Amino acid sequence: MNYDPITIALSSVVLLLGTALIAPLFRRSRNTLINISFILASIASFCVVAAGYYAVETAVVSTATLPIGLPGLPFHIRLDALAGFFLVVVGLLSFFVSIYSIGYVKGYAGHRSVTSLVVFYCLFIAGMLMVVLADDAFCFLVAWELMAAASYFLVMFENERAENRKAALLYLVVAHVGAIAILFAFGILAGFSSGDVFSGYTFDAMRKAEIPVYWATAAFFLSFLGFCAKAGVIPLHVWLPEAHPAAPSNVSALMSGVMLKTAIYGIIRVTFDIIHVFPWWWGSIVLTLGLISMVMGVLYALMQHDLKKLLAYHSVENIGIILVGIGLSMIFISFKLPLLAALGLIAGLYHTINHAVFKGLLFMGAGAVLHATGERNMEEMGGLIHKMPWTAAMFLVACLSISALPPFNGFVSEWLTFQAFLLSPALPNRILILLIPLGAALLALSGALAAACFVKAFGVTFLGHWRGHHRPHVHEVDWTMRAGMVMAGVTCLLLGILPTIFIDWVDVIAEQFVGSTISLSASQYGWMWLTPVSYERASYSGIIVFIGILVVVAAAYALLHVKPGMIRRSHIWDCGFQKINSRMQYNATSFAQPIRRIFGFLFRIRESVEQAPHAGHKAFPKKITYYLSVKDRIWKWLYKPIVDSSFWLSRQAGRLQQGRIQTYLLYSFITILALLVFLR
Amino acid sequence: MSMDSFIIEALQVLLVIGLAPAFAGWVRTLKCWFQGRSTPGLFQPYRDLFKLFSKEVVLAYNASWIFRFTPYLLFGTAVLAGGIIPILSIDLPLAATADVIVLISLFAIARFFLALSGMDIGTAFGGMGSSREMMIASLAEPAMLMAIFTVSLVNKSTSLAEIVQVIYSGQLILRPSITFALIAFILIILAETGRIPVDNPATHLELTMIHEAMILEYSGRHLALIEWTSMMKLYLFVCLCIAAFAPWGIAVKGSLAALPAAFGFMVAKLGVAGLIIVLIETGLAKMRLFRVPEYLGVAFLLATLGMLSFFILD
Repeated sequence: MNYDPITIALSSVVLLLGTALIAPLFRRSRNTLINISFILASIASFCVVAAGYYAVETAVVSTATLPIGLPGLPFHIRLDALAGFFLVVVGLLSFFVSIYSIGYVKGYAGHRSVTSLVVFYCLFIAGMLMVVLADDAFCFLVAWELMAAASYFLVMFENERAENRKAALLYLVVAHVGAIAILFAFGILAGFSSGDVFSGYTFDAMRKAEIPVYWATAAFFLSFLGFCAKAGVIPLHVWLPEAHPAAPSNVSALMSGVMLKTAIYGIIRVTFDIIHVFPWWWGSIVLTLGLISMVMGVLYALMQHDLKKLLAYHSVENIGIILVGIGLSMIFISFKLPLLAALGLIAGLYHTINHAVFKGLLFMGAGAVLHATGERNMEEMGGLIHKMPWTAAMFLVACLSISALPPFNGFVSEWLTFQAFLLSPALPNRILILLIPLGAALLALSGALAAACFVKAFGVTFLGHWRGHHRPHVHEVDWTMRAGMVMAGVTCLLLGILPTIFIDWVDVIAEQFVGSTISLSASQYGWMWLTPVSYERASYSGIIVFIGILVVVAAAYALLHVKPGMIRRSHIWDCGFQKINSRMQYNATSFAQPIRRIFGFLFRIRESVEQAPHAGHKAFPKKITYYLSVKDRIWKWLYKPIVDSSFWLSRQAGRLQQGRIQTYLLYSFITILALLVFLR
Repeated sequence: MSMDSFIIEALQVLLVIGLAPAFAGWVRTLKCWFQGRSTPGLFQPYRDLFKLFSKEVVLAYNASWIFRFTPYLLFGTAVLAGGIIPILSIDLPLAATADVIVLISLFAIARFFLALSGMDIGTAFGGMGSSREMMIASLAEPAMLMAIFTVSLVNKSTSLAEIVQVIYSGQLILRPSITFALIAFILIILAETGRIPVDNPATHLELTMIHEAMILEYSGRHLALIEWTSMMKLYLFVCLCIAAFAPWGIAVKGSLAALPAAFGFMVAKLGVAGLIIVLIETGLAKMRLFRVPEYLGVAFLLATLGMLSFFILD
């Protein structure tokens, strides 16, 4: 038995598939089922992390051919640095979430059978791992479909609610439109690959193919369309905020945290690896879509008051940030600036793993809140920090990370993206030089808006008083859920304060695809200082920021507590009116009001106030009702015409069906005649 | 790094902590003169702080640890920023810790926690202040970064010490890009530090307040730390502006001999900066809240113009 990474990765996939197979055997005893299957899933995920880490560290490419698939079309498997990196991303979050799931899924006890959840959970992770490992179009698409189908059933898990069924259907439709586009893209690429018919579908053959520019462009845009549909890039995002919240929270964490990343993997694989030579305007389109997704995603998120929906919209934003990094890298490499391209690519990859960890943590936190209160609507929450201190602290860590605040991880990747933006004057194209820095301003805008959104999310959920009408018995979640969250939180901090170690590790991907590394300069001054291009250009030390703030805080605290005591607890000061109640607090809707007013033109907003007049005087209304609806304009502009026209088409086609046997016989007769005429 | 630079570092941090109230006092004194009032003197802020530190802390029953942690965190970020911005010398051991982007994010993390503690007690005022503060911040931040980017594109670095070094080694040219960026930056400083025309630091218990609304529930040493931090924030933003646009007089070599001159220059420049702030504050009235986006839009536009004129003219 040899322990090379690809064997370990494949064994983990087999372990996950095996767990899915044996899970139904334990149907009788729910606790055994949950304990065994999620522990096996976490072991498999951990092994995947180890295999991926090793593959990136050694940068050895290992391949294998599996004796499954169709006759003559076996599955090809390949583990290189890029695949290894994404294995780590998928495995790391799956590991945290699997441990978290032990406690979370037990919450369904007494409500429903969880066997299907366990089975599809394992298949889902196995599908994602196979997507990353695949080295031919056939295997890739089979794995892609396995992932999509498994996640469809997971979204459908709570299928008694009509909106969940609707969300799952929408998800399935968009996923398949995307899959068709990817299939076409691979078709084009395989068509030009050399070799006989039966080996043209491997990525290796596609890499060596000489593709004319216009066909390469068609292939790129088809695959980009397909991957964007999976990643939820605006305007293909509409399914995402419906489907992700509908799934159980542990699955939402995986869908938002890592399933979207398989699309990022696909974009990098097809663009940098398979096509590998491309004109600059491809990159500018990726960059533009990334910027639009980033800003619109965070603005949509601000308008939400459903905690999980808010988080789902933030995935749109963060995918945008990742695409910005990749788009910049594509522009730089097409102008032969490998060092800057490496910076952009590393920024994108760094944000990929960061987003996986903190978004997973945020969904785990939201799941813990849902588990404890049964609520997803933030307007009904408040003050949970007292009842759920662990969840609150970990959710806060994730909020700080996603808002790009130092010393946590989200900041480092956004900072690297800023540096890549600032190096754009090196480009030879004058229009790009003028326009690209505006993208940096949009990145700053989305970062600041994200901070506003997470002040809202954390403040309304965990701070203040309970806003709901009925008060459920709220409790802290059990230790497995806490353990999953704490591990993710610690990872957020570590990735934030030790960026040079991470960059040294991941740099080999940049070396393979753009032919340059930034680790030489990035950690030139030791592991504490991150200097992406040169020391003079910019430097950042997360660990000194972290320790510095801690030291000053501790010193100030110690100095001010030389004399003990001096704290008195009292009631809230209410200006002497004694009428203050929890309905007077700001809630999610009122918090976002100023921003809604400024950016309202981007949405379809209906707002109205109704007063039920009091008998005495109209100045003292008995009851005031406020209606607000915020709708997505893109739905009306893009999707509604498509939906309407497809309904119209199917109605027209429906006229063929009359229910009379004579008509159908006539159709058969005409068909036979037509065939005889045309296919003589 | 010589021993001297560590001493200068320590001195500079102590000066930020110690001089910030005096600078706030200077601004208030000037304002009183301009408005024809008699002044409580340059040292009134010190007396206010001392009074607050000796008072007991009254906390609401439902105040969480975030509410108690925030004042210390605010103070911590401000002190750290005071060690990073080149105020007396550019040869600072901490200067490489953070470039301008990190520095702005340090202020952002303080604001994040302040906004959270505004929502912690669960009063209407607190939430209102937090909501408005985050709205203004989210518009001010892109404008501020645009202004900073212009400066860093001109000087080919985002590290402040390096920017100062480049400005020093070059000749004094009046670049249009830098001028636009400077005007934008001054507008942003007023918004970020809560001065007129965006917010009025002298109001208390008014429906228009922003910063004061968030800290309404604070008392005792917590309030003292927050007040002190906001004085330091004004001081630091002015120093940041000086370092990025007019660093002349700062000690280039980290030697103690150059320190008195650098200190003199710093005091003179701060005096002038206080005068400019007061001129703007007395000349303008506070804006309606929904005028503020237009104001910040102007700042953003100016910064963008600065950047475009750098690419076109320079």
